Amino acid sequence: MAQVSINDNIMDLVDGKPVLKGVRCKDCGNYVFPVQKGCPKCAGADMEPVQLGDRGKLWAWTIQGFPPKAPPYLGEADPAKFKPYGVGYVELPGEVKVEARLTESDPALLKTGMEMQLVADSLSTDENGDEIVTYAFSPVN
Amino acid sequence: MSDVAIVGIGMHPFGRHEGVTGMEQGAAAVRAACKDAGVEWSDIQFAFGGSMAAGAPDTMVSQLGLTGLQFINVMNGCATGGSALFSAYNSIMSGAFDLGIAVGFDKHERGAFRIESGNKSGRDWYGGSGMALTTQFFGMKINRYMDQYGITQQSLAKVASKAFRNGSMNPMAWRRQPFTDDEVLQSQMLSYPLTQYMFCSPGEGGVALILARADQAHKYTKNPVYLKAAIVRSRRFGSFEVLAPSLAIEHSAGPTIDASKAAFEMAGIGPEDVDVAQLQDTESGAEVMHMAENGFCEHGEQEHMLANGETEIGGRFPVNTDGGCLANGEPVGASGLRQVYEVALQLRGGAGERQVPNNPKVGYTHVYGAPGISGVNILTT
Repeated sequence: MAQVSINDNIMDLVDGKPVLKGVRCKDCGNYVFPVQKGCPKCAGADMEPVQLGDRGKLWAWTIQGFPPKAPPYLGEADPAKFKPYGVGYVELPGEVKVEARLTESDPALLKTGMEMQLVADSLSTDENGDEIVTYAFSPVN
Repeated sequence: MSDVAIVGIGMHPFGRHEGVTGMEQGAAAVRAACKDAGVEWSDIQFAFGGSMAAGAPDTMVSQLGLTGLQFINVMNGCATGGSALFSAYNSIMSGAFDLGIAVGFDKHERGAFRIESGNKSGRDWYGGSGMALTTQFFGMKINRYMDQYGITQQSLAKVASKAFRNGSMNPMAWRRQPFTDDEVLQSQMLSYPLTQYMFCSPGEGGVALILARADQAHKYTKNPVYLKAAIVRSRRFGSFEVLAPSLAIEHSAGPTIDASKAAFEMAGIGPEDVDVAQLQDTESGAEVMHMAENGFCEHGEQEHMLANGETEIGGRFPVNTDGGCLANGEPVGASGLRQVYEVALQLRGGAGERQVPNNPKVGYTHVYGAPGISGVNILTT
């Protein structure tokens, strides 16, 4: 079974690891995720594609405690099988804060400022039998 | 032109109404507002109407009467009601019209809002990954805020129990059963640290407000309420907003702070002058944070204000006297106008069992919502 990126416009899968695709403003250096054409900081329109970093610090977090509606959700939405998952913003140094799923869902084990690593997170299987993979952050022990 | 007055208010009860369309609820609110002002629908010169999920508002003329009036639809997320009111206010201030109406209504499906991105290329990765939920933003923002300013989960429960207590005294409210702090805390954890009873739900309802030139207000009512400020603001770079796949490293104040400052400046008064306030309480934490963001206290002061009951109806600074979004639910198109309806009722002394004592003279309303927008109104007797 192959793994496929949830959307090639926002991330590539390289050797099973996600690489996030953002843009950097050539005028002011501001980063945005995902790719967009204009700069929200300086109103410039000259954005270059960049790969974002894969390590950062947890800035804010919560736990998704109920199954999201499907569609659009691609993960397990059956209330009987659903498992809560973390969601947070991870600050990539010098770049941007990225919103992400978190692999940890125990509030006692999440703390603002903790070091986080980008990882692949499998959601479900598509019509070709391929595994749909999104990105997540995992606490670094 | 000196001012704009609200001379008629009308509301269709909030909640769930099987077999009644959102637009019928809006039309019922319009009829109630006309009756309150003692005018006919045919007297209304213009309308601004808002609805997110219940149809194009201007088609309601087929229910109300085809008078040929100017009817403009407004869709501006959670600030739809505030935007309709802003537009109506300025239509009168400009001198173009003497009498008009702002109307909002909605009818949403059960459960959290279903938000799909409409990606043109590839899968809806944001919704697909389970991040297109406004509830997560509220959980993240209050979780961080509690850490920074020492707000406890007990305070979040107090906000919710107050809302349901106030709602139990409001015949127009959806949720009218009081809950204790413990019941709120023990309900299902939806988005840590927020439990089910700390969240409002999308719902149904309609509100209409009739506005007139202030110098003609006494033709319609003996107790006009004057609209002293109507402001809508969007977000600036660096603010922390709902449904944002990324945020800037830099941090700046959100649109509520900007809208609040502009509104106080426009009205020429300060937070200390406000006698009753309706603040966006999508969930308990939002009310707590919005008390400070709107300038009514310092960050962190909410903890002792709530412990002392200062935001109760009989307290120093009553907040969400009609039960807020928590007890009324959030029909997006109508929600902001509900706040203004409640403040007008309070300033007229007509809020019955939940009337704020000592003749409140200045009221304040505030909405916040996706994608980072805020609307503030200030009203006086």
